[in-house]
Amino acid sequence: MIFLSRIQSLVRKEFQSLLSTKSGKMLLIMPVILQTALFPFAATLEVKNASLAVFNEDCGRPAVEMMERFAASGAFTRIIPVWSAAEVERAIGTRDALLAVHIPADFSRKITAGESSPVQVILDGRRSNSAQIAFSYLQSVLDGYLKDRAAAAGRAVPSEIIARNWFVPNLEYTHFILPSLVAIITTIGSLIVTALSVAREREQGTFEQLLVSPLSPEMIMVGKAVPAVAVGFFQATLILLAAVFLYDVPFRGSLALLYGGMFFYSLALCGVGLFISSISKTQQQAFLGAFVFMVPAILLSGYTAPVENMPPWLQDLTWINPVRHFVEVVKGVFLKDASLGRVFSLVWPLVVIGTVNLTLAALMFRRKAA
Amino acid sequence: MHSSVKCDLAGTDPKSGGGGRWLSWRRLRALCWKETLQIFRDPSSVLIAFFMPLLMLFIFGYGINLDFSRLRIGLRMEDAGTEAAAFAAALTGSPWLEVHAYDSRAAMERALVDSQIRGFVVIAGDFSRRLQQVGATAPVQVVADGSEPNIAQFVRSTVSGVWQNWQIQRAGERGEPMTREISLEPRVWFNPSAESRNFIIPGSITVIMTVIGALLTSLVVAREWERGTMEALLASPVTRTELLLSKIVPYYGLGMISLMLCVAVAHWVLRVPFRGTLGALWVVGSFFLLSVLGIGLAISTGMRNQFNAAQAALNAAFLPAVMLSGFIYEISSMPPLLRGVTHLIPARYFVSSMQTIFQAGTIWKLLVPDILMLAGTTVVFIGLTAKLTKRRME
Repeated sequence: MIFLSRIQSLVRKEFQSLLSTKSGKMLLIMPVILQTALFPFAATLEVKNASLAVFNEDCGRPAVEMMERFAASGAFTRIIPVWSAAEVERAIGTRDALLAVHIPADFSRKITAGESSPVQVILDGRRSNSAQIAFSYLQSVLDGYLKDRAAAAGRAVPSEIIARNWFVPNLEYTHFILPSLVAIITTIGSLIVTALSVAREREQGTFEQLLVSPLSPEMIMVGKAVPAVAVGFFQATLILLAAVFLYDVPFRGSLALLYGGMFFYSLALCGVGLFISSISKTQQQAFLGAFVFMVPAILLSGYTAPVENMPPWLQDLTWINPVRHFVEVVKGVFLKDASLGRVFSLVWPLVVIGTVNLTLAALMFRRKAA
Repeated sequence: MHSSVKCDLAGTDPKSGGGGRWLSWRRLRALCWKETLQIFRDPSSVLIAFFMPLLMLFIFGYGINLDFSRLRIGLRMEDAGTEAAAFAAALTGSPWLEVHAYDSRAAMERALVDSQIRGFVVIAGDFSRRLQQVGATAPVQVVADGSEPNIAQFVRSTVSGVWQNWQIQRAGERGEPMTREISLEPRVWFNPSAESRNFIIPGSITVIMTVIGALLTSLVVAREWERGTMEALLASPVTRTELLLSKIVPYYGLGMISLMLCVAVAHWVLRVPFRGTLGALWVVGSFFLLSVLGIGLAISTGMRNQFNAAQAALNAAFLPAVMLSGFIYEISSMPPLLRGVTHLIPARYFVSSMQTIFQAGTIWKLLVPDILMLAGTTVVFIGLTAKLTKRRME
């Protein structure tokens, strides 16, 4: 009982120091609002509003029809007509156009004669990813056009592809981004709270007072962990609500599984945060330490680029990255209604990561206390 | 840390300082030396200035790869005919796919939910029969994991590419050559192999420079205000210009060393082509570094508190450099309001000039507008810092 009441008063003190100032409260909410408003629009690999330069030397019907189809597809909002190869060069060089299409003079004649005609497409390699995505849009528009031409000419198609997307049928990017954001913003919030709380006390000299109090290092750690877990849950819930009610992302899975996973994730983060603060002397060191952990962990979580694209040894190495597992948990539960078994397979690495870091932090604190 | 500051201050003899002069080289040199010592005495600033750039380059070089190599997909064959087997063989032979055959559709669907595969192909039982039949169409069903939009698109386009080649080959074998009426022939300019790494790495140097310029400076200067050592300096004969320069010069030097380190590693270790000149790099790099230093100094002078300054620098400099600079996420795809905001962010101009210098070469026609904008932001942010410092001193 004494144990519980001591921890209780410590936790109360931690919450007070976290929420006592107006700027402290602002810092827990403002970044969440800012990032939830900004990320889904900015951090997208979708290609929209791209501009296409068209160098058309042919005025036959097929050329005009094909161009109309390109212009009608949503990806290109601006079609820049150009009249020479030099102008194509300028449009791409100055980044005016992402792609340029060159239709040769004999295009319509060849097509009508039943021959095949090439159409050159120039991609801006400085933005090769967007350019390739835009190119694949062109390709699928062209496929549709060719299919319609074949049907109009009465030619039979022996085989066809019927493609569908599961979970997010229209591939809306916001459905992919918001669940990942739940994981990422929570990471920033609870990690910085834990990493800085000990360092601030140490810089102000109050940490020594805590150590000479009847509290054991483990109890101090629990006292520091509870507010951080609470901050994580609070921020995650905010984004979850925004995702479902503002961005209309359908929540398909079980809330219990999501929050269960979140509990173990927050513990793993607290472990990392406490470990960083146990080895730093000042707030600056704790903050930069948290930063050096956080940026790579978020970048390698599969949010920016899929884990599958990494070299195999790096894929194996991401096992120690808690963000990667939790991004999968949130996306799985949110979009795919992941099963208990699947969530468990992602959560047990978090338990291992948390245990290792909490143990290391406890050892470091014990050594400092002794 | 305290003692080192005191002893350095004692070292600047007030008598030789030259009283009311606007700038004394001697005092400036002493202040810069003090600042440099502080940088190298704190392991965390060395970590940020030298270890972090290498770590980030390494992550952007190997971890952030937007080019798909081999995706796992499932295959369910409900047809035992030779035509179906030929198509399956074509799928398995694709270098872009790692095909796993499943005996039951339910197991394959579960694997998709569990993200073990990123899509699957089903060849229906009557596939071979319908292919032979005149007027009938044999369907190939493709299902992709929509929770990963890019992967889903890649699965669909790769499978349909395999399918198209298979059709052309099949028609050729049957003596009825089939050609595509129109074929798109892609040419990639500037980056012929279209490797995402070649544009991501030059862009990522922007993020690294922002961390050193804005984040590190904001913390260091805020700490001086927090501890009161800034007031001690202000009470000494040090002038405002000297104070400002003593914060800018060492961090500018640190940032430039990091920039050179990044470019060397990018070019010689990560093998990113470098087509520009060092002179252009120096001009662009200097202006960018000065403007982020300006942001960092303005934030810390305005905030005076390490925790708040760090948070503000994270939100005002670091996140925009990642999200709104166009180095991964295309600016033209953003909504108009956000596109307008990106014009105020120095990182945007640095990303575009770094990509030009690395991949296209020193083309002044493209670089000059960026340099002018960077020079403009430099003047704005350093001017703001000077103004804030003045207010603090009064």
